[in-house]
Amino acid sequence: MHGFFETDILSDMQKPFYVKVLLVVTLLLGVNAFAGGNDPSTGDEKESLKSEIKEFIGHHLLDSHDFTLFTIDEEKNEHVGFPLPVILWDDGLKVFSSAKFHHGESVAEVDGNYYALYHGKIVKTDAEGTINYDEDHHATNEKPLDFSITKNVVFIFLVALLMLVLFGKMAKSYKTSSLPKGVGRLLEPIVLYVRDDIAIPNIGKKHYKKYMSYLLTVFFFIWIINLLGLTPLGVNVTNNIAVTFALAILTYLITTFTANKNYWKHIFWMPDVPVFMKVVLAPIELLGTFIKPFSLMIRLYANITAGHVVLMSILGMMFIFKNWIGSPLSFGLAFALSLLELLVAALQAYIFTMLSALYFGSAVEEHHDH
Amino acid sequence: MEKLIEQFSFGLFFWQLFLFIGLLLLLRKFAWKPILDAVENRESGIKDALEAAENAKKEMQNVTADSERLLQEARVERESMIKEAREMKDKIVADAKDLAQSEADKMIKQAQTAIESEKKAAMADIKNEVATLSLEIAEKVIKGQFSDKGKQLQLVEEMVGDIKLN
Repeated sequence: MHGFFETDILSDMQKPFYVKVLLVVTLLLGVNAFAGGNDPSTGDEKESLKSEIKEFIGHHLLDSHDFTLFTIDEEKNEHVGFPLPVILWDDGLKVFSSAKFHHGESVAEVDGNYYALYHGKIVKTDAEGTINYDEDHHATNEKPLDFSITKNVVFIFLVALLMLVLFGKMAKSYKTSSLPKGVGRLLEPIVLYVRDDIAIPNIGKKHYKKYMSYLLTVFFFIWIINLLGLTPLGVNVTNNIAVTFALAILTYLITTFTANKNYWKHIFWMPDVPVFMKVVLAPIELLGTFIKPFSLMIRLYANITAGHVVLMSILGMMFIFKNWIGSPLSFGLAFALSLLELLVAALQAYIFTMLSALYFGSAVEEHHDH
Repeated sequence: MEKLIEQFSFGLFFWQLFLFIGLLLLLRKFAWKPILDAVENRESGIKDALEAAENAKKEMQNVTADSERLLQEARVERESMIKEAREMKDKIVADAKDLAQSEADKMIKQAQTAIESEKKAAMADIKNEVATLSLEIAEKVIKGQFSDKGKQLQLVEEMVGDIKLN
């Protein structure tokens, strides 16, 4: 086999480049498959690697109580990063450093209470850190109210700070001239895009102004935080259902509290349909008002989570293949996917803002004849 | 779904809501309002400037049309004024001619009358003179005639003969 390919390559140097590449790829794969077949331990090793990668991805998707950049040695519990403050409400405010958990290895003792990390959540335990399970293998330990400054909270805060600086600077540059300077030059077209292509077409010229602050804030917040999620810092805030829930509930509340008579009339007593249909439609329409923000919440959460899972799985494949073909291939694939994720980061921000604007638009729509 | 609910972290929800609303309020006051106002001002400024330019253009056209019209009017006026002046001149000349004529006529008439009366006076004078002269001549002749008796008789005879003839 080898001989044939080798002579083929040597004998025919005029062949197009891609043919040669294909030949080399086939060769190397063949060699690797042969070597793999010879080593009995590889199978188990791969299995454990797979579960390790799976665990790593799962861990990556979760929020954490400390800021770990990377782990040097899992067994020796050596990590590079820093601890974050833990704030608990458990018969009074308890504040302590997450360093006490030693990355979940030990039980933290505060004012005679013992707390342990269980799947990224803080649970109340005894001194040994015993976790009690019910028959469905769920921990039954008491969970105190956790207001800790987690990794995600830190990033939310940083993004908020970044936005304040960026847009504060931009606003200030308008004081001296009517044209923006510096960062404002980059941001102004985007701000105008949100106004002219998201807010005005969906809400209408008459009412859009009162929603602009929310739409702009939510657009830039989601976009920037999605982009930060793609950096090697590895935080992805928007794949937490709590975060997307908070954003969606704001859209819901703003829609509900700014809605006019016409909006409620269309929900509870749909005009221009028979009375029977009015009765049938009312609960459906009412449910619809909840489903709309719910879909916002799930869409953002699912898109970002899926993106990260796929991206990290492909990165993980690099370590599973561990050969000259698979690893570069998965690297290339991960690279391409990262570019796609850049698009998704902006796209999800756009969709969230667009749909919010659409819901606001329906809330302030004036009565018109059907 | 169950996993999602289990994953839901109330703390994160609280912080997200708290920080996001804080961010929203701060940005609204310090960023969005000034930015959108500035952009809007700029846009309305541009719109106004464009409108003003358009208006100025229209104004300019009006002014040009106006001046054109004025020029036309002035031209017409000038024409009419020249015409009037010409008429006036002609009339004045004619009038002057008439006046001069009548004056001349009058003067000629007066002169004629004066000449006539002078003539008459002269004639009368001449008549008187002639009469006087005739008388003197007659006297002299008669004196001469009467100095010679023969002649006187002859004359008488002649005269008597004349009378007889008559």
